Amino acid sequence: MNGEVNAIEAVDLTKRFGEKTVVDHVSLEVKQGEIVGFLGPNGSGKTTTIRMLTGLLTPDSGTGSCLGFDIVREADQIKRNIGYMTQRFSFYEDLSIRENLEFVARLYSLTPMKDYVDRTLERLGLVSRQKQLAGQLSGGWKQRLALAACIMHEPRLLMLDEPTAGVDPQARREFWDQIHQLADEGLTVLVSTHYMDEAERCHRIVYISYGKVVARGTVEEVIADSGLTTWVIRGVANGALAEELRRQPGVEQVAQFGTTLHVVGSDAVALRATVDRYAGRPGLEIAPGETSLEDVFIRLMSQHGEARQ
Amino acid sequence: MTAGSRIRAILIKEFIQLRRDRLTFGMMVGIPIMQLILFGFAINTDPKQLPTAIIAPNPNAYTRDILAGMRNSDYFRFEKDAVTEAEAREGLQRGELSFVVTFPADFGRDLVRGQRPQLLIEADATDPSAASNAVGAFNRIVDDALRDDLVGPMAQEKRGRPAVDVVVHRLYNPEGITRYNIVPGLLGVILTMTMTLMTAISLTREAERGTMENLLAMPVKPVEVMIGKIAPYIGIGFVQVTIILLAAYFVFGVPMMGSFVALFVGLTAFIATNLALGYTFSTIARSQMQAMQMTFFFFLPSILLSGFMFPFLGMPQWAQWIGSVLPLTHFLRIVRGTLLKASDLWDILPNLWPILLIFTVVSTIALLRYRKTLD
Repeated sequence: MNGEVNAIEAVDLTKRFGEKTVVDHVSLEVKQGEIVGFLGPNGSGKTTTIRMLTGLLTPDSGTGSCLGFDIVREADQIKRNIGYMTQRFSFYEDLSIRENLEFVARLYSLTPMKDYVDRTLERLGLVSRQKQLAGQLSGGWKQRLALAACIMHEPRLLMLDEPTAGVDPQARREFWDQIHQLADEGLTVLVSTHYMDEAERCHRIVYISYGKVVARGTVEEVIADSGLTTWVIRGVANGALAEELRRQPGVEQVAQFGTTLHVVGSDAVALRATVDRYAGRPGLEIAPGETSLEDVFIRLMSQHGEARQ
Repeated sequence: MTAGSRIRAILIKEFIQLRRDRLTFGMMVGIPIMQLILFGFAINTDPKQLPTAIIAPNPNAYTRDILAGMRNSDYFRFEKDAVTEAEAREGLQRGELSFVVTFPADFGRDLVRGQRPQLLIEADATDPSAASNAVGAFNRIVDDALRDDLVGPMAQEKRGRPAVDVVVHRLYNPEGITRYNIVPGLLGVILTMTMTLMTAISLTREAERGTMENLLAMPVKPVEVMIGKIAPYIGIGFVQVTIILLAAYFVFGVPMMGSFVALFVGLTAFIATNLALGYTFSTIARSQMQAMQMTFFFFLPSILLSGFMFPFLGMPQWAQWIGSVLPLTHFLRIVRGTLLKASDLWDILPNLWPILLIFTVVSTIALLRYRKTLD
């Protein structure tokens, strides 16, 4: 494999279910060794795109390749060389952790099987629980089992579909440490999520809304490209003030965090003027803030379709 | 009133769900229709038109009258006019013939001389109920047929003793014991039900539990999935077979006359076919519930049209055609043949190839239906 070939190359992938176009001319490039975050609201086409890339769905139009294998013609090679973690836990709940891993090891013809399973259990800290039935595991451990199963055959590309949904913060953090460790070893990762803190742990992000890519780049680039400015109002900020601010010129978003309000807008001058009018109010402390990725996404979501289901 | 509104809430929800599940709805309509047709038209406990071969070395007016009488009685359908004894024997063995009627070479002469010639009717009595009515009617048919012939000097024969000595041989089950027929048949029925059901839920269960997507994402071929899912149940099938055969022999005293090799070959083909069939259901059904309904829908005609409950040869032609598509029909002939008729591998061949053909067709459908993608 040539080092310069992108791990994932997709051009104009399109998928329709009936009348509905779920993925609409999505193009994607993921370089080797990169961690790319695939973001977007529920139902935006993330899972469908990933399934097309893994060869589980046939695109209606467009082309793509994973690790140089065509996603339509060479789906079998793709399956052998990538790891795919499904959104819903899809291992056997009536099998133990070890039995599940043995099943996967046999399917991939990994020999000696025992070595592979032992090494993987060790690596993900599953040794002490290996005899436990998968159905009895909590969300975090299930997810760890799923990750173990999809990296055991040492794939060069990992696709994770909302791997941390329903997992507690500590387990999420450990999970991401694992992902970074894998990436350091040269693994390429495409991970879909709608957690902003997770997006910030990716090298690059791609934001998809209603089946279309609407933003891409590093987190800083995406924030800068949005052209949003943010002001932070501290003090006696409350719901009534937030409501009032929403109606002011230049204000596009107001988000309340405890007693703090984040006021966001794309017209910096108008926003500044509005904020200045409040600066004189007693008890309010106003300062320029940093636009967060979340602010950008809220804006992207409202721009690209009001009627979210 | 609140109880009423709560009941209504559940009621409405049930109706909505029932309306969305078209297959269940179809079953509710389809099963009564199927039952009505099968019980109403196909099943006949007084089977007519049973295939019969005649061995008549010297045909004459008397034999022709008897044959005409048999034909008119509607019980007998003549397969071939003249057969050799060996051909007739093979026909009975394979279940292609129900009766063989043998006229002795001197039948006409002896009849005229008033010497009460013997007339032999051999019946396949593996299913006692199938043969009994026709055999019971045979004496009367012969008497009636000869009544008009026996005039003049022969008229005396009409009085007193019958002019012909009818000899009945009930082959394979001389005492007409019903369980000799039922118990081997049960072997097939039980295997049909359990084996089909086992694999019918195999893929739908993967789909319902969400494990299917993972299975598809891993490098395993459809045929590998199918073999892996079917093979263990062949072993389970043979556990059932052992239990039933032991009970058949020791508890019910069913004779085991034939070749065990033939029985084993037949069983393996039959079990694999039912498993493949169930697997095919599971590639079509969208839920375990639907798969079970399909199994039931298949099981019903298997019991009614295979010759397990009612004589196969007594059914109308269209029902026999449907029956011939069912693996159980052919297996029943194999199991009854090997246990009761001392059949060997060669004898079961005519019933083995249809099972293998069904297996091939069904497996092909399963592999074509197996979705390699989630499309």
